[in-house]
Amino acid sequence: MPRLVSHPDEVKIVTRRFGLGAAKIDRYIELGGYAAAKKCLEQGPDWIVNEMKASGLRGRGGAGFPTGMKWSFVPKQSEKPKYVLVNGDESEPGTCKDHLIFLHDPHAVIEGTIIAGLAIGAKVGFIYLRGEYRYLIEIMEKAVADAYAKGFLGSKIFGSDTEFQVITQTGAGAYEVGEESALMESLEGKRGVPRIKPPFPAVVGLYGGPTVINNAETIATVPHVIEMGSADYAAVGSPRNGGTRLFCISGHVERPGVYELPMGYNLKKMIYEVAGGVRGGRKLKAVVPGGSSTPVLLPEEIDIGMDFDQVGKAGSMLGSGGVVVIDDQTCIVEFALRTISFYQHESCGWCIPCREGTDWLKKSLTRFHAGFGEAKDIDNIQYLAENMMGRTFCPLGDAAAMPTLGFVKKFRKEFEEHLNGKACPFAKHVELAVV
Amino acid sequence: MSPETMTLFSPQLAARFDALVKKYPLRRSALIPMLLYAQDEIGYLSDVVIAEVAERIGITELEVRNVATYYSMLRFKPAGKYNVQVCTNISCMLRGAYDVYERFQEELGIGHKSVTADGVFSLEEVECIGACCWAPAIQVNYDFHDELTPEHVPGIVAAYRSRAEKKEETNNA
Repeated sequence: MPRLVSHPDEVKIVTRRFGLGAAKIDRYIELGGYAAAKKCLEQGPDWIVNEMKASGLRGRGGAGFPTGMKWSFVPKQSEKPKYVLVNGDESEPGTCKDHLIFLHDPHAVIEGTIIAGLAIGAKVGFIYLRGEYRYLIEIMEKAVADAYAKGFLGSKIFGSDTEFQVITQTGAGAYEVGEESALMESLEGKRGVPRIKPPFPAVVGLYGGPTVINNAETIATVPHVIEMGSADYAAVGSPRNGGTRLFCISGHVERPGVYELPMGYNLKKMIYEVAGGVRGGRKLKAVVPGGSSTPVLLPEEIDIGMDFDQVGKAGSMLGSGGVVVIDDQTCIVEFALRTISFYQHESCGWCIPCREGTDWLKKSLTRFHAGFGEAKDIDNIQYLAENMMGRTFCPLGDAAAMPTLGFVKKFRKEFEEHLNGKACPFAKHVELAVV
Repeated sequence: MSPETMTLFSPQLAARFDALVKKYPLRRSALIPMLLYAQDEIGYLSDVVIAEVAERIGITELEVRNVATYYSMLRFKPAGKYNVQVCTNISCMLRGAYDVYERFQEELGIGHKSVTADGVFSLEEVECIGACCWAPAIQVNYDFHDELTPEHVPGIVAAYRSRAEKKEETNNA
């Protein structure tokens, strides 16, 4: 069972029911659950969308698109059925927040899905979890069955004339399926290859119908926004970045864990105070601020607020909330190689710049790390990565290129230290810190 | 349905499949869960399993293979009864995942995507499994084991080995 952590600076909104047995529906109701969905049923779609817009809630999957705006793009009238699709394919290395949401608060996901459905006029919502999360899928399926038994889902939800069905779905291992159009393909029983956009999912999505796709954390946040009121929720975060975020702090820190902190919380403080600093009293070397696809930050760059805008200004991205902390005993070339190996493995192969780019980057970095690199390889790695940027249908190509560029630009010296047959200045693999 | 495929799946799984094809607006949406559940029961996606799934969905075997080969959890040859999947992605790597992985290789005497001679274990180096804050983490089949050191490895192996032996005894009894 994954360990829960706690820190006084946390503002527990989305995590407030964690560890309280809320996976059981009666307990969830006792803790205030399903009241938000009932309220939304009374208030109607326009009110819901306006609340979401006013809350400043932005997508927790990585791109940070305003949720209310996304919902407002769905046409009111549609010949084809509309759908809500919850993205629980959580696969970005460094990210494990949805894992805890499904485990501790599955009904929040269901309630958020109902609210999204009411907002856009959908009658069916899908909750897609990555295949590796089998025990969490079982928890979700039980929660869905319980919600049906109570009449919160079905043809007359909460005793109204409104219909809403929820269908769970399992993946079978594919990072790419976390991309929204690949996710729809996978749910339709196909290879998870992205679709060409436009048309965007809000117009032509799942089974050809208008579809809203939200990250599981975003959806689990929705009932809390309704419960608190949009103004109070927005006030927790920083300007244009409403509320809190589940930050997954991992790597070389004393107290790794998922912490719920206000948007805009200082990154330096997050590492040194919330997570207890670098493990074993070592020095900080670098931080990956938002999952493996986000460019690395140097120790002198981390005195920033963790929201979409401030991290963007610092040259990286808030991404999925996966803060990976790297100490001074780590080889950045090896870290870059492990990162690109992942993207090479996960590239669906449809777009050539991504398929070939990730493969050649992996080959170059492997050779480099083994001590067979040449000076021109450093520029070549950068050249390859730059030529992947913006040249693929989905963001996986960028997700592989961006961190690579960050490593090469910010740690060029360390790449040079690997040249001319020199052995990696660090141990073969990262050694355990003395704790 | 041909007589030989009638007995391919357990009655429980066959019933689950009957429900699955009606669960979605389109029948084909049942394909990926069906393949995964079939693999859980049979051990891998054999030719017979693929043919049976294709028939149940109403698509060609080629279409099934085309989809199945995309997903990393689906396999076309048997794995061990207990498939040990060691995550070595960044968060796990930083906390010693390769040491854990190497220890599993020594303990089991096999490498990446190999099966022990007795068929009890297989080993796999896998990508991020979403347990980054509890790293290094592994999955044995679907069970997570978190915050591991190499010293944990012999105990984990012994526990699953004795579970396999117990199952063997029950089957022979």
